[in-house]
Amino acid sequence: MTDTPQAYSAAAEIGQIRERRTWIQIAKIELKKAPYSAWFGLIVIAIYLFVAIFAPLLAPHGEAEIFPASFAPWGGDFVFGTDQIGRDIFSRLIYGARNTIGIALATTLLSFAIGGSLGLIAAISGGWLDQLLSRFVDVLMAIPGLIFALMLLTIFGSSILSLIMIIAVLDSTRVFRLTRSVSVSVVVMDYVEAAKLRGEKLGWIMRREILPNIMPPLIAEFGLRFSFVFLTIAALSFLGLGIQPPTADWGSMVRDNASMIQFAKYDLTAALTPMIPAGAIALLTVAVNFVVDWFLHITSGLNDEH
Amino acid sequence: MHPILGTIIQRLLLGLVTLFFVSLIIFSSVEFLPGDFTQAILGQAATEDTVAAFRAELGLDKPAYIRYFDWIGAVAQGDLGYSFSGRSASGVDRSRAVVDLVAPRLGNTLFLAGMAAIVSVPLALVLGITAALYRNSFYDRSVNAVTLTTISFPEFFLAYLLILFFASLWPVFPSLANVNAETELIDRIYKCILPALTLTLVIVAHMMRMTRAAIINLLASPYIEMSQLKGLSKAKVIMRHALPNAWAPIATVIAFNLAYLVVGVVVVEVVFVYPGIGQLMVDAVTTRDIPVVQACALIFATTYILLNLTADIIGIVTNPRLLHPR
Repeated sequence: MTDTPQAYSAAAEIGQIRERRTWIQIAKIELKKAPYSAWFGLIVIAIYLFVAIFAPLLAPHGEAEIFPASFAPWGGDFVFGTDQIGRDIFSRLIYGARNTIGIALATTLLSFAIGGSLGLIAAISGGWLDQLLSRFVDVLMAIPGLIFALMLLTIFGSSILSLIMIIAVLDSTRVFRLTRSVSVSVVVMDYVEAAKLRGEKLGWIMRREILPNIMPPLIAEFGLRFSFVFLTIAALSFLGLGIQPPTADWGSMVRDNASMIQFAKYDLTAALTPMIPAGAIALLTVAVNFVVDWFLHITSGLNDEH
Repeated sequence: MHPILGTIIQRLLLGLVTLFFVSLIIFSSVEFLPGDFTQAILGQAATEDTVAAFRAELGLDKPAYIRYFDWIGAVAQGDLGYSFSGRSASGVDRSRAVVDLVAPRLGNTLFLAGMAAIVSVPLALVLGITAALYRNSFYDRSVNAVTLTTISFPEFFLAYLLILFFASLWPVFPSLANVNAETELIDRIYKCILPALTLTLVIVAHMMRMTRAAIINLLASPYIEMSQLKGLSKAKVIMRHALPNAWAPIATVIAFNLAYLVVGVVVVEVVFVYPGIGQLMVDAVTTRDIPVVQACALIFATTYILLNLTADIIGIVTNPRLLHPR
C-alpha cells in the first residue's frame, strides 16, 4: 500500500481479488502450518537429494577407489573407515545415496507411467479391456512381490536395467488398482462426457480432464510406492541380487560389512559401520512416510482417524 | 442352498483359477531363458550328446503346453523335478531331487514363521484393540509412534540392531540360528529367538495398526453409538455388538500379515543364516537353479493365496448379515 490517496482504484482491487494464488503461494501457506514431523521429513529428504546430486563434489575419495588398508578404523583419512577390500565407507555412502535413490526414483516413475496409464485406459474404456487388465493384475498380485522379483531376476540376471524393469512392472499393479479405482468415479462426470462428445481423443481426455482431478491421491501414493520400491531394492541388494558391485549401494554395503557387528565389545565404531547404511535407508523411509502423512492430511481435509 | 455355501464355493473356485494362472506364470519362466542355458549349466566342454540328453530330460523337445501338464501333474504328485546343480559336462548326473532339498527346509521355515505368529498375533490384537478403545490417549500415541517407526525400517536393519544389542554387546542369544534335524525343541526355540523377534516386531506393527483402524472404523458406526446411548456396559457393547462385525476385518488383517511373513522370512533367514526355504531360494537365484526357484516360488505363492483365501472365507462365515438371510 502506498500513502498517496490517488493510488486507490476500485478496478485494481477487484482485479486483485480475481487473481488466483499460485501453487508456490499455497505451498508457503501450508508449510507455515506444517507439523514438526513433516518439517523433519522435508529437511531429511532435501539433505538426501543434495547429497545425491552433488555426490562427486562431496565425496573425499572415489566410488570404487581401493586403498591398501582394508577394514581401517574410523577417523583420520577415512571418516567411517574402509571396507573389506579397502574402499572408503564414507565416500561409498555418499555415492550410494545417488545410486540407491536414483534407481528407486526411476523405478517408481516407470511404474507410475505403466500402471497409471493402463489404469486410466481401463477406467475410461471399461468393458472387456477393463476386465482383462483387472483380472491380469489380480493374478500378478497373487504372487508376493519379492518372490516374483527373485524369480524374474533368475531369468533375466541382475543388472540395473532389469532390476528397474522388473520392480517397476510388479509395482505398477498397485498403481493400476489405485488409478483405476479413483478415476472410475471421475470418468462418469458430465465434463468427461462432454469432452468425448466434442470428439476429443483418449490421450486428451486422460491428460486434461481426468488426471488433474485424481492428482492428490496419486501424489501421496507416489511417496508410499517410492519408499516401498526403495525398501525392495535395498532388500534385494542386501540379498546380493540387486545392484551389483562395484556400484556403491546401501543394501549391499550392509551385507558386505555385516560381520563387523560381532566386534562390538572391542570396538563399537566398527560394529556401527554396517548400521550406518542400514540406518540411512530407514531414515529416508521414515522421512518420506512423515511427508506423505502430512500431504494426505492436507489434501483429504480429514482428521486423524480416516 | 444356503447363500454362505454358494459364496464359499465361488471363492474356492476363484482361488483355484488364480492358482492355475500363477502356476502358469511360474512354469513359463523357463521359456524366457536364453536358448543356450543348457550349455551354461553343463559347462563349455559339454558334448552334443550330453546337451541333447539334458534337453530331452527337461522335455525341451516337446511343445510347451504338454510340458506344462507334465510339470503340474508331477508337482501334484509331489515330484518337483531335479536341481540344475551337480550336473557336469561329461554327462555324470549328481543332481538332487528338489523335494529332498525343499522338504526339510520348509519345515524349518514353518517353525520360525509359526513361532513369530504365535507371539505376534495375540500381542497385536491386544495392542490394537486397546489402542482403539483408549484412542488419543498417551498410550495410543506412544504405541502408534513406535509402530510407525518400526514399519519404516527394513527387516535387516531391525535384525542387525537386535544382533548388535542381544548377541554382540550383551551376548545372551546366538546370532546364528544354525539348527538341523537333530536339534532339540528347547535348543531350537532358543536359537530362533532373535529371528522370530525380528519378524514379530515387523508384523506386530502392521497388524496392530490395521486392527486399530478396523476397530475405530467400527466404533464410529451409528449402531454402536445407539447401544452406548441405551446404557449398555462397555464390555457388553464390545462383546455383543462390536466384535461380531469385527471378526471379518480382524481375520483379513491376520491373514494379510501372515502372508507378509512369507516375504519377510526370506531376508531374516539370510541375516541369521537359518536353513529355511527363503535362504534356499536366494541361493538358487544366485546360481540360476531354475527348478529349485520354481518350486520355492510355487510354495510361497500357494501359501500366500491360501492365507488370503482363508481370510476371505472367515470374513464370509462370520458376517452376521449373511448368517441370517432374509
